[in-house]
Amino acid sequence: MVIQKPAIAGTLESSDCMVTVEPGEGKIDLDLDSAVIRQYGKQIRKVILETLQRLDVTDAKITVVDKGALDCTIKARVECAVYRSNGVKDQLPWGGAIV
Amino acid sequence: MSHPNMKRLRRSMMFLNCQKPGLIKDPYVYGPDSIMLDLEDAVAEKEKDAARYSLYHALQEIDYRGVERVVRINGLDTDLWREDIRCSVAGGCDAIRIPKTETAKDVKLVEEAVAAAEKEFGIEPGRTLIMAALESARGVMNALEICEASPRLFGIALSGGDYTKDLQTTISGTGVELMGARQHMIIAARAAGVQCFDTVYTNLNDMEGFRRDVETIHTMGFDGKSIINPRQIPIVHEIFTPTQKEIIFAEKVVREIDTKKAQGIGVFTVDGKMIDIAFYDGAKRTLALARASGVYKGEL
Repeated sequence: MVIQKPAIAGTLESSDCMVTVEPGEGKIDLDLDSAVIRQYGKQIRKVILETLQRLDVTDAKITVVDKGALDCTIKARVECAVYRSNGVKDQLPWGGAIV
Repeated sequence: MSHPNMKRLRRSMMFLNCQKPGLIKDPYVYGPDSIMLDLEDAVAEKEKDAARYSLYHALQEIDYRGVERVVRINGLDTDLWREDIRCSVAGGCDAIRIPKTETAKDVKLVEEAVAAAEKEFGIEPGRTLIMAALESARGVMNALEICEASPRLFGIALSGGDYTKDLQTTISGTGVELMGARQHMIIAARAAGVQCFDTVYTNLNDMEGFRRDVETIHTMGFDGKSIINPRQIPIVHEIFTPTQKEIIFAEKVVREIDTKKAQGIGVFTVDGKMIDIAFYDGAKRTLALARASGVYKGEL
């Protein structure tokens, strides 16, 4: 999926994360900020990159500010930002690219 | 259709806003019988899409430890509800709550969409149950046809805020304005053989008022109550769970009726109270409720 325009999903509340996606410069450029980066940074990064891979996003600048979100929340926020950037709202691939 | 969860224990049904990950990550710690994951009124209009992604992954990945997961979809007068159902059914929810139900047709419309989603996502046909919230004078007047609209429908729930608005009154805290709807709905639900749930009590600073409200609907025959805060759960469970005294009496009634029936005796007394066959089903229900609530391990 191509990132058409900048889009944001999520909040800076506890147990949430804020994800911003923007059109990239030919690759995935991930900027991660998390209060638990030393303990969970690797895992959070993995979840974000795998989610982008499932959505077939290969070219994007993505900024994530994590406030202790579970993996399921991180996936949900990344997906939301990506689909918002494309304006897709219906007939989503639940159980397919969203899994 | 015979579904194992049609009559499951639903004393407390707790609303949770799907827009807030912090709320839906571990509500099982409070021990509600059911949670109602809300995509409707609690979710801001511009966050409707975000709430669905959170819902789907929560349903897929969080172990709710046996707590029933009901999803309140957006109203049938919006362009959101069909995708809400696709998302919820794909995620594996246990039931769909239809808001603002007014006719049997509303239930059938949702039933069709749920069946289509089960087929699309390879979910066992008939797995997803339905409940209907009645929020208007018309909905309440049509309670019986709504209760009988689908074999998936396990119950109806009163939604007091919108209902009183439609009645051109307000929630007084006394329950007077809800009396007619409550009575009508419980009768309709019992006639149709489905469950009936009461509306939320929104004043969290008045726990005594809440207790009186729960006692009232318990006496009326309701199966449970919608709640908005974990603090309300222990009170609901206390009132809806049979006491040891009630359990012992129910056991005596069942045993005595069985014995006396074999002896050809129709009317007799238990602990000074006149008992006949009409008490049998009620005593059995008390024991079943006690068992489901985890306070009865007997064999009756």
